[in-house]
Amino acid sequence: MIAAGIDIGSITAKAAVIADGRLIAVHTLPTGYNARQAGEDVFEAVVCSIGMNPTQIDAIVATGYGRNSVSFAQKTVTEITCHAAGVYFLNPSVRTIIDIGGQDSKAILLDDRGKVKDFAMNDKCAAGTGRFLEVMARALHAEIEEFGKLSLKAETPAAISSLCTVFAESEVISLISKGEARENIVAGIHESIAGRIGAMLNRMKWSPPVMMTGGVARNIGILKALEAKLGTEILVTDYAQVTGAIGAALIAAMNGAT
Amino acid sequence: MPEAAKNQKLRSVSRMKDIMTEYYIGAKTARETGKKVAWITSGGPVEPLLAMDVIPVYPENHGAMIGAAKMGADLCQTAESMGYPSDLCSYARADIGCAATSGGPIGGLPEPDMLVCCNNICGTVLKWYEIQARRFGVPLFVLDTPVCHRGFSPEAKGYVRSQIEDYIHFLESVLQRPFDLEKMRDVGRLSIEAQRLWQDVLLTLRHHPAPMSAFDAFFHLALIVTLRGTPIVIAYYQELLLELKERIAEGIGAVENERYRLLWDNLPVWYRTKWLSEKFASWNACLVADTYTSAWCSSLPYMDPDDFLGSMAEGYARIYLNLGIDAMADILMEMIDTYDVQGVVMHSNRSCKPYSFGQYDMASWIRQRRGIPVLLLDADMVDPRQFSEAQSEARIDAFMEMIVK
Repeated sequence: MIAAGIDIGSITAKAAVIADGRLIAVHTLPTGYNARQAGEDVFEAVVCSIGMNPTQIDAIVATGYGRNSVSFAQKTVTEITCHAAGVYFLNPSVRTIIDIGGQDSKAILLDDRGKVKDFAMNDKCAAGTGRFLEVMARALHAEIEEFGKLSLKAETPAAISSLCTVFAESEVISLISKGEARENIVAGIHESIAGRIGAMLNRMKWSPPVMMTGGVARNIGILKALEAKLGTEILVTDYAQVTGAIGAALIAAMNGAT
Repeated sequence: MPEAAKNQKLRSVSRMKDIMTEYYIGAKTARETGKKVAWITSGGPVEPLLAMDVIPVYPENHGAMIGAAKMGADLCQTAESMGYPSDLCSYARADIGCAATSGGPIGGLPEPDMLVCCNNICGTVLKWYEIQARRFGVPLFVLDTPVCHRGFSPEAKGYVRSQIEDYIHFLESVLQRPFDLEKMRDVGRLSIEAQRLWQDVLLTLRHHPAPMSAFDAFFHLALIVTLRGTPIVIAYYQELLLELKERIAEGIGAVENERYRLLWDNLPVWYRTKWLSEKFASWNACLVADTYTSAWCSSLPYMDPDDFLGSMAEGYARIYLNLGIDAMADILMEMIDTYDVQGVVMHSNRSCKPYSFGQYDMASWIRQRRGIPVLLLDADMVDPRQFSEAQSEARIDAFMEMIVK
């Protein structure tokens, strides 16, 4: 049984292939403006990367905000269920997932079989999301990839109090004009996000171990700020960004061939 | 997401539409027919108005119509351009915007001769009705019902009862004629009978499959809100009840192949009822109960058909929205058991703070005491600018995946 999972996020399209219960390939591409095309491209790319062709894939599940535009998938499943399945596959001891994606952030609680017990999502607002970080990176003329390391050099994180992305951007610009060190501003941005995610998590009955998924998990600054906020270690794997796609592939495999 | 599963339409719906049309025509032509019009809050004591032959009109029901007609955003923006903040209740904004422009689905409400405001549903209505009283230059009566956290103290009872007397004097003074006690008795009996029938209608949803859904109840609610105390409501709900019993006898459910039963908390998302109803139906899930429509029969234990005026102080003070959240949670738990539901959907309503307040606590109590999942859905009852389809869809689908597993 060879199964694929396609996760079309607002910023990145991800794909994973599972063969006989083993993860054999993952791939990512920018989603761009055409989710349908991104789905086809990332699927073809992941299949090519292992020297196969699309007809050799027995089952496909699509997830993410663009899940309904993946017409060649046999089934769609929400990213919440897929992240749970993916995390359970990567580390079955995990009971809490923090997933920060491009346009939303989620807290997911798992039971001992890896099923979703409860979840919470940020409300209709970009604060605490990957998009929020992108806006801030632009304001600071910094590469998003540098953000994590930059914040580790901070002496005193600057206070970013606004919850609104647009107002927070104005706050950042005003801090820049006051001559605040870039490292401190970046650390302040991370603390602001960690505060928001921490509050969302604390509304639920979460328990460790905690794993972070989604593209933002690669940002060491956010990770450290969240660990400090929650008072617990947060696990991250190399597959953080593609965990949803892995979960989708696992669900596809479980549901069987077409 | 599973395909299929449709919603079954009730045949009573067309009669209901006719009744509401007649009612609004009657209200809009009140000037020509020499009748007086009173605007009243949805939880306000309407029966004394009917006893005095005054036509009651409900800005909140009108707000629901505006929402369902998808005219909420424009009218809310009109109110915002007049200086009202976007954080204000969207019923209030829609009504204020409508009064200023005579817009909306029926070209605005008929101008009032008086306003009757009861704060048993929220505090916003006080300022909202003061604004409208100033706009139309008409008298306003305010019935102040203290929050009944648990129980109803003798002091609270005395306080509300004394205001019922003031209310009667207010009507006598505005209408310049003595209060009709005999007609009041008839109206009171009819009102209680209508509430009992409404309760019977809702209780049919205990049946598996439920013969109608909460989405149908949202629609059929209009009569118990606007016309309770008149015989037409009784005739209509009897007819509806008959249709529901027929459906039960034939095993017809509101949702085809009902497999999951859910409870809805808070007001409907009026501009998305169809989308939501189809969304849940696609999962073979039926909303079989809701805290909103059942509020119009929740005071029955306190109402005495032989002494309506004497008992209405308690009846109107102890409605669902005027309770503390512990008491609300008790009612919720009872509904979960009565209607045999597997999950609760809480509409966190940007407009209705008193209704949305405490939902996080209640959600965690439900999870603890009943062990069933709860979904928090962020939206607004009338203002579609507070609704995100992609986010709502992801939440509902994930919630259903959790229940189906």
